[in-house]
Amino acid sequence: MKKTLLTLLATAAMSATAFAADIKPAIIYDLGGKFDKSFNEAAYNGAEKFKTETGIEYREFEIANDAQREQALRRFAGDGNNPIVMAGFSWAAQLEKVAAEYPDTKFAIIDMVVDKPNVRSVVFKEEEGGWLAGILAGMASKSKTVSFVGGMDIPLIHKFACGYIGGVKSLGADYKVLEAYTGTTPDAWNDPVKGGEIAKSQFDQGSDVVYHAAGGTGVGVLQAAADAGKLGIGVDSNQNGLHPGKVLTSMVKRVDVAVYDAFMTAKDDAFKPGINVLGLKENGVDVAMDDNNAPLITPEMKAAIDKARADIIAGTVKVHDYMTDETCPY
Amino acid sequence: MDFFQVFIELAQSTVRVSTPLILAALAGLFTERAGVFDIGLEGKMLGAAFAAGCVAYITQSVYMGLLAAIVVSVLLSLVHGYASITQRGSQIVSGVAINFVVAGSTVILGEAWFKQGGRTPALSEDGRFGTIHLPFADALRDVPILGPIYSGLLSGHSPLTYLAFLMVPASWWILYRTRFGLRLRAVGENPGAVDTAGISVIWLRYRAVICCGILCGIAGAYLSLSAGAGFTKGMTAGKGYIALAALIFAKWRPKNILFACLLFGFLDAFAIRYQGFAFPLIGKVPVQLMQALPYILTVILLAGFIGKAIPPKAGGVPYVKER
Repeated sequence: MKKTLLTLLATAAMSATAFAADIKPAIIYDLGGKFDKSFNEAAYNGAEKFKTETGIEYREFEIANDAQREQALRRFAGDGNNPIVMAGFSWAAQLEKVAAEYPDTKFAIIDMVVDKPNVRSVVFKEEEGGWLAGILAGMASKSKTVSFVGGMDIPLIHKFACGYIGGVKSLGADYKVLEAYTGTTPDAWNDPVKGGEIAKSQFDQGSDVVYHAAGGTGVGVLQAAADAGKLGIGVDSNQNGLHPGKVLTSMVKRVDVAVYDAFMTAKDDAFKPGINVLGLKENGVDVAMDDNNAPLITPEMKAAIDKARADIIAGTVKVHDYMTDETCPY
Repeated sequence: MDFFQVFIELAQSTVRVSTPLILAALAGLFTERAGVFDIGLEGKMLGAAFAAGCVAYITQSVYMGLLAAIVVSVLLSLVHGYASITQRGSQIVSGVAINFVVAGSTVILGEAWFKQGGRTPALSEDGRFGTIHLPFADALRDVPILGPIYSGLLSGHSPLTYLAFLMVPASWWILYRTRFGLRLRAVGENPGAVDTAGISVIWLRYRAVICCGILCGIAGAYLSLSAGAGFTKGMTAGKGYIALAALIFAKWRPKNILFACLLFGFLDAFAIRYQGFAFPLIGKVPVQLMQALPYILTVILLAGFIGKAIPPKAGGVPYVKER
């Protein structure tokens, strides 16, 4: 017993010294949880990639409720973790406070802008990826009616919806887009039964392609689409493989790149605070193409999104950002 | 779109949404009528959904999943029974404890076994309940009025949905037409009288609690094996509490439970369908209001429109043979 304890102590001491030489990165996930097959999982993948490439361990935490946010963040900062990455817009208020208390710690927040000298804010142009998804949805739809299921009813999710609607309508004004949100509380990210029910109700109204931006709820949306023989569109991570042949594409948001980049620049001592906007041009968003959805994508669709992508990058097509004025012109 | 068609689709959605509510509310009916209050419906449903998801995935058999759901839910019920009947503890505290324990442990076990963040792997066709198509459903689809009702509303649901609706008259029959039911109701009103008649109050209450476990188990299995395809953490999303509200709303009567659950289900289905829809005269109704509608209505109706809801007299009081 004594011996095991000693060995334990020795290993602990050794790993502590090894740790001190490197940076001590940390990541905190949002309520959806690390393996939501979507947003948080993408963040996790980025952190894992950093770990395998550099061999540097990172600390992580999954919060179970909103009350834990500030506690977790302060704890990580107090323990000397640096940099600390937060996945999710909900961290803004807590970060604002804690970042001021730990001016030497570097923070990165994804999906939200926090204006502090030691914070890097990474935001994505979801509307641009949504635009491409909308074009694919419209072209795949036979009924000319497609739909959108959002998670929590907040401006960020409306931003996803707005770009999508714009993309669909760019094919012609006679297209119809149904839009619904799961709820107004954070529970809306974790209610696949309700997500499925919303999707079924949209299918009843004629929709045959459904795009979700709903975290764990979206699992139910894609399931309902697969069950009903309709098409789903995934979000954040590549979800094409969840139901091969039944998921038209996924609007991928390279949250993994953002996390990896934050860790990597911190390691090379090149971490830059400020606002980092990632769109189509920066490869921050895109529609996922792989073997699972290859049979669903016709050459015309491919040509259409390639053209749209080029237009958006060149600036000839400007996709409206919902967050700027909280309206959707499409 | 044709008004009638919309009505059928809404009704169909209502039936799907109400199924777990009906089962859970009937489960509550059995224990509460026997004098054991049960806040733990939510936790039992969640535990059952988790067990169903795990076992159906491992065995690839939907019936094994259903069985596992019932077993787990009955075991949780027995824990509640042991705490509140045998040990005469607070029924509310025991129920809340079950909710907390299940909410946490399902995520921990799910993460340990499947490494998907507390989610069980997605089930294939064999691991889920399909839908039952009643005979001639397709042939009769074009018959006016009755055709859509038969093929759209009555046909094409999960077997568990039919079971839930059958359980309503069955529960009524058990509670009001059998000796067991009479004694069960008596033990919730005046356990002393039942004891005087030489019937074991303890055993009777335990049987009521087991009935509750079975029904909650089916409700949980519906969530993960029929409505969804696997377990997701916290997937009951408050349905146990809504069922509890429906039970009080229905004044602890089986037939009223059916209507209360259908009403709640309809409001939910309506809110889902008409989000962001511009109504004539009123215009666009905010999503928040639509989603709050079921709760607002519950408060209004409970505030006096249904009359006084009187719980079973001995509800919440542990039975002590001699003081």
